[in-house]
Amino acid sequence: MGKKRTAIVATGQTNHRSSRLDVNGIELINEAVDRCLEDGELTIDDIDAVVIGNMDHFEGINYVDMWSIDGTGGFMKPVFKLTTGGTTGSTVGQAGYYLTASGMFDKVLAIGWEKNSESDTTAAITTAFDPIWDRLVFAGAIGGLAVEAMLYLHTYGATQEDAARVAVRDRKHACNNPYAQLRKEITVEDVMNSPMLSDPIKLLDVCPRTDGACAVVYATEEYAEKICPKPAWFHAGAVKHPYNLLGDTDLVGLRSMELAAKEVYQKAGIKEPLKEIDVMELYLPYSYAGLSWIEAMDLCKPGGAPKLIADGKTDMDGELPINPSGGVIATNCIGATALLRMAEAAIQIMGKGGARQVPDVKTAVATGFGGCFWSDMTVLRSTKP
Amino acid sequence: MENIAVVGVGQTKIERNKLGDTFADMVYEATKKALDDAGMTMDDIDNVITTSNDFWDGRTISTMAVNDACGGGLAKNMSAVEGDGTFSAFYGMARILSGVYDTTLVVSHVKGSESENVLITNAIFDPLYMRPIGLDSINSSALQMRRYMTKYGITEEQCAKVSVKNHKNALKNPYAQIAMDISVDDVLNSRVISDPLKLYDCSPVSDAAAAVILAGGDKAKKAKKPVWVKGVSYTADAYFLGDRDLADASALDKAALEAYEMAGIEDPLNEIDVAEVYDAFSYMELMWYEGLGFCPPGGGGKLIDKGITEMDGDLPVNPSGGLLSGHPVTPGGMIRLIEAVLQVRGDAGEHQVDGVKTALAHGINGACGQSHCVWIVGR
Repeated sequence: MGKKRTAIVATGQTNHRSSRLDVNGIELINEAVDRCLEDGELTIDDIDAVVIGNMDHFEGINYVDMWSIDGTGGFMKPVFKLTTGGTTGSTVGQAGYYLTASGMFDKVLAIGWEKNSESDTTAAITTAFDPIWDRLVFAGAIGGLAVEAMLYLHTYGATQEDAARVAVRDRKHACNNPYAQLRKEITVEDVMNSPMLSDPIKLLDVCPRTDGACAVVYATEEYAEKICPKPAWFHAGAVKHPYNLLGDTDLVGLRSMELAAKEVYQKAGIKEPLKEIDVMELYLPYSYAGLSWIEAMDLCKPGGAPKLIADGKTDMDGELPINPSGGVIATNCIGATALLRMAEAAIQIMGKGGARQVPDVKTAVATGFGGCFWSDMTVLRSTKP
Repeated sequence: MENIAVVGVGQTKIERNKLGDTFADMVYEATKKALDDAGMTMDDIDNVITTSNDFWDGRTISTMAVNDACGGGLAKNMSAVEGDGTFSAFYGMARILSGVYDTTLVVSHVKGSESENVLITNAIFDPLYMRPIGLDSINSSALQMRRYMTKYGITEEQCAKVSVKNHKNALKNPYAQIAMDISVDDVLNSRVISDPLKLYDCSPVSDAAAAVILAGGDKAKKAKKPVWVKGVSYTADAYFLGDRDLADASALDKAALEAYEMAGIEDPLNEIDVAEVYDAFSYMELMWYEGLGFCPPGGGGKLIDKGITEMDGDLPVNPSGGLLSGHPVTPGGMIRLIEAVLQVRGDAGEHQVDGVKTALAHGINGACGQSHCVWIVGR
């Protein structure tokens, strides 16, 4: 692990809605930054560097790191920007770790944000793909996910109801999270009866589009415990970003997640993830991901996820609660989403989860998802690495 | 600071239009050259940082276009910085300093030929107040040049001298796009682009890719040709142009001071042997002299008048020809770092400055040099 032990010591997030007409992007960012600083009882003067991420095609702003200085507090500080699509939040979160662990900075503010209400998300996502080979057939996010979902159903004989249970679980959890966008319980029948978007994905199987921002502060060991009594120590991170052409991607099982999980488990010394991890905040943009991807993370054997979910093992009172915050199916402000997972994992370790708190969390895992089936993974713990 | 070295560098030729190359082709070329330069294979690389800009590439997650060209793929942990390559190199270095990785490959690419510079740089500006009046990188820089000339009495001739110097230096750099022996009058008489900027005050539209390999610990010590990072810092200024005095580069003042402090440099003009600075426009080089502490505020004109930054001066600046001789947007600063490394190694070929022990590289981000990154490298 790194030379300097480093922890998330403060988190802040906005109130998420489909459209935050009351704020512009910079004010939205500032809402998360202010809350984060308040959480750590810090001022912007305490911050040594800022790293920010979003997708510039979404809001149509070039050089967001420069544009947002008034909201991030980056004036006369070191600032740069990361952009890796859906995984932006997790790569920003990991950058916060590397920048502090490097010893170059004591306290680093990492920010992810997105104002999806001002963008055409599908059009923007479509431009991610190769203009000659992929763009014409790969329309936005949902088409590729539908192919993956159909392959999962076909390969393991799972049902659409099995997937619907993931959405039901996450939407139920979201009711405990005052920041979540969609806070209304749904049933399997509701999911099954919702409009078909891209077979087999129905409206209630997928995440909404959200305006929101998230910020976390990383601090080195010298400062961490002074700022936060129970810091969330960074133990392991991995990012797996394969892709060139869609045809090169194996959509049965999330290969990038398998490799990311293998790497972080090895780095963090985790042998039996289901038993050893206390809570997971997963970037599950649609219900089928809640089946396939937890298999890739080795929580169960391939094809075993429907039973694990149906048995309630991943519910709030289960063996390994997944997405106490309600996850992405309740809130998806894309550039912030994966950082929200890290922030929520840190909140669980800090014991600040309120109604969504899982008791006695020692090991929490957060993931990011994006690009063309890319995965990032982070292990946070209450104990020092 | 712990010892970190640049152990390999690679760049493509900078050209107006690389019709035969995709982003991936260019990045592959730069990566391969950097690996060969370092005497390494991809197996020796722990992690990869790409540098691009989605607007310039016309592609969301533009890193996806070069993921396997830079040897990333499933095997390596990757990330993507948007902005200038000097900033991504900083992140690459931080990853090594964290102790998690030993070697980082940092790549950058852009194809100005496939971009619409005016629209793309208009999108840098605030959508409500500044975009509608049509600000872009060229006319905002023209405002900055006018303010700089007004505040400090800098003349158009002094700015033109930068263009003359750099285009002439480029004659000896095989990677440069525009190399020519021109006079001050040629610059002054070239057509007005955005008053007071004339054609030869401006950098061209360019295509190129660049790559550097950074290493720490034993990997750096065992490197064939290590060039050590002595100091590095970066700082961002205010966003709204009206919130800054455009004639001064406060963020550069701070970044340079911090980098000098780290490198133990007290008198930059005398202690630095060669500098590669981000001369997107001729006047900028003069402004950056001041921000970098080579002269007092307003002294940039005198510095060029005295010939101090000429190839045979006390502190040659942009022996490669700088950006005026080829301006690929995100690799722009990274190429400055590469050139600084080559100078320290004595590998700069015909544009080599004699006896370089310490070199400076400079990158900028945002409009009118809102953010600056300063690297000091040496033997």
